[in-house]
Amino acid sequence: MKQAIERGKPPQAAGEAAYRPSLAIRLRRDKWLYLLLLPGLLYFALFKYVPMWGILLAFKNYQPFTGFWKSEWVGLEHFRLFFANPEFFLLLQNTLILSFLNLVFFFPAPIVLALLLNEVRRALFKRVVQTMIYIPHFISMVIVASLTYVFLTTEGGPVNELLLQHTGEKIAFLSDPDWFRPIILLQTIWKECGWGTIIFLAALSAVDVEQYEAATIDGANRWKQIWHITLPAIRSTIVILLILRMGSVLDNGFEQIYLMLNPLNRSAAEVFDTYVYAMGITQGAFSYSTAVGLFKSVVGIILVLGTNWLAKKFGESGLY
Amino acid sequence: MSKRNRSIAGTIFDAANIIFLTACALAAVLPFVYVVAGSFASDAELTSRAVFFIPESLTLDAYKFIFSTDTIMQSIGVSVYVTVIGTAVNLFFTVTMAYALARRGLWGRNFVLNLVIFSMLFGGGMIPTYLVVRGLHLLDSLWSLMLPGAISAFNLIIVKNFFQEIPKEIEDAGRIDGCTELGLLGRIVLPLSMPVLATFTLFYAVGHWNDFFGALLYINDPQKWPLQVMLRQIVLLSQAAAGDMNSMDPSFVAPPDQSIKMAVIVVGTIPILCVYPFLQKHFAKGVLLGSVKG
Repeated sequence: MKQAIERGKPPQAAGEAAYRPSLAIRLRRDKWLYLLLLPGLLYFALFKYVPMWGILLAFKNYQPFTGFWKSEWVGLEHFRLFFANPEFFLLLQNTLILSFLNLVFFFPAPIVLALLLNEVRRALFKRVVQTMIYIPHFISMVIVASLTYVFLTTEGGPVNELLLQHTGEKIAFLSDPDWFRPIILLQTIWKECGWGTIIFLAALSAVDVEQYEAATIDGANRWKQIWHITLPAIRSTIVILLILRMGSVLDNGFEQIYLMLNPLNRSAAEVFDTYVYAMGITQGAFSYSTAVGLFKSVVGIILVLGTNWLAKKFGESGLY
Repeated sequence: MSKRNRSIAGTIFDAANIIFLTACALAAVLPFVYVVAGSFASDAELTSRAVFFIPESLTLDAYKFIFSTDTIMQSIGVSVYVTVIGTAVNLFFTVTMAYALARRGLWGRNFVLNLVIFSMLFGGGMIPTYLVVRGLHLLDSLWSLMLPGAISAFNLIIVKNFFQEIPKEIEDAGRIDGCTELGLLGRIVLPLSMPVLATFTLFYAVGHWNDFFGALLYINDPQKWPLQVMLRQIVLLSQAAAGDMNSMDPSFVAPPDQSIKMAVIVVGTIPILCVYPFLQKHFAKGVLLGSVKG
């Protein structure tokens, strides 16, 4: 009976339903389980929930020597400072442009690649291509940035050597603000596009082959089959990924931007995440940078919930 | 071949598709081939040929040079240490918590699960987490690279779901034979979960090896820098000396800057490429597991 309750089955008889161990008995029975739970619980408390509490710093004026509790409350002062700072518009602009480019050029790329892979009928060829395009996902961002530097440097990089041979001049890709965004976009596509196909290919493997056969008999060509069978099969996956993507519109991937950022391309490269790092860790303005970080997370949550609401409005199932 | 493949347009599409996909696959790996080739190439070749995949004359000078001092070896040591110990920490925390949360009758289980899920949606952010790590006096300690990310909530939930699907009857049989709760975990549940745990071991390990953010935030002491930070110093900032000319033979000609950087990149990439075949065997399964709701 005990197990029937645990498995969520309705009790068969009223008499049996009355038997349920008291809390004290259950706690004693499961004491080993609570012991096992303890390390994980401590971890979440210490490294997830204490920092959440630490968000209150955004409303205080934290001084390392006064400590968290004794620092004075300043209300929304840090937010006011941040919004009044001319940097705010630079950060907002850079962040949004990068996110927009990412959404337009990167987001559809794995979908297109998955559709093309799905059209390949030779299993071996498909598997070899998949094996190769997944590799960059496992390469660290530092290596990706290093490769970019080695390829694009003006001091002996192959791209600039070729440019020199054909056009007679070099381009300072790594320090020119105009080149920052294309480079970031290219890095993202190179690193994650292949890996991104996995989730769509998984959804497509569930499509019944007979649907394609029936469509062929009805006279549908390849393009129509993709449009009417393949795409609908991955539509809900696309929507879910889009909702999640919206939540991170203000997150541009700290490591990537930070690695490619330098004083020369800063006008295009500085985003919220790197600003939080520079202000908080480098300059020690803990309260101010916490406020900037909080602003970013709150906008992220609003965007996730908003997109989710919109998706439901248009008849999709949404996340929540 | 099915009928839908017979039209001329279809054939052209198939050919174009195969060419395009081949190009994509090559684009994913050729940068590595070039970097490996460049790291073995001589100065003359690097300046005379812009792009090549097989060097005409092989030289090990770049590697000799970067291993002439302890800088690289030491950071590799740090990375290996953090990867091994850190992955063990990850597995310990993830498995114990997942096992407890897999028991449906556990009092407080839903509350804890909700705490975990909420932490996936919202977090304290960079600075408050930094202050917690600093408050624990973990700055400049390698534990700061292992403890703050000890559990990935996402992985925890997948492992929990997997444990939950192990048939109750097997556990009951173990209990009747006198297994304690810990014995059950060690002798029945863990052996049954080996494939899943192997997947997460690899993913956690790759995560540690590739981690740059943690060390950037928490480690200031160059002696304790992992390889990723050292890579950035050498390749991106050109600030750390990869080798020492004074320790080399007087006849040794300094290898070109480019091939030194390429050699460092190769050293940083090889471990990943070595585990990749194993990863590949597991990750499709891992990702599919993630889509199972529980």
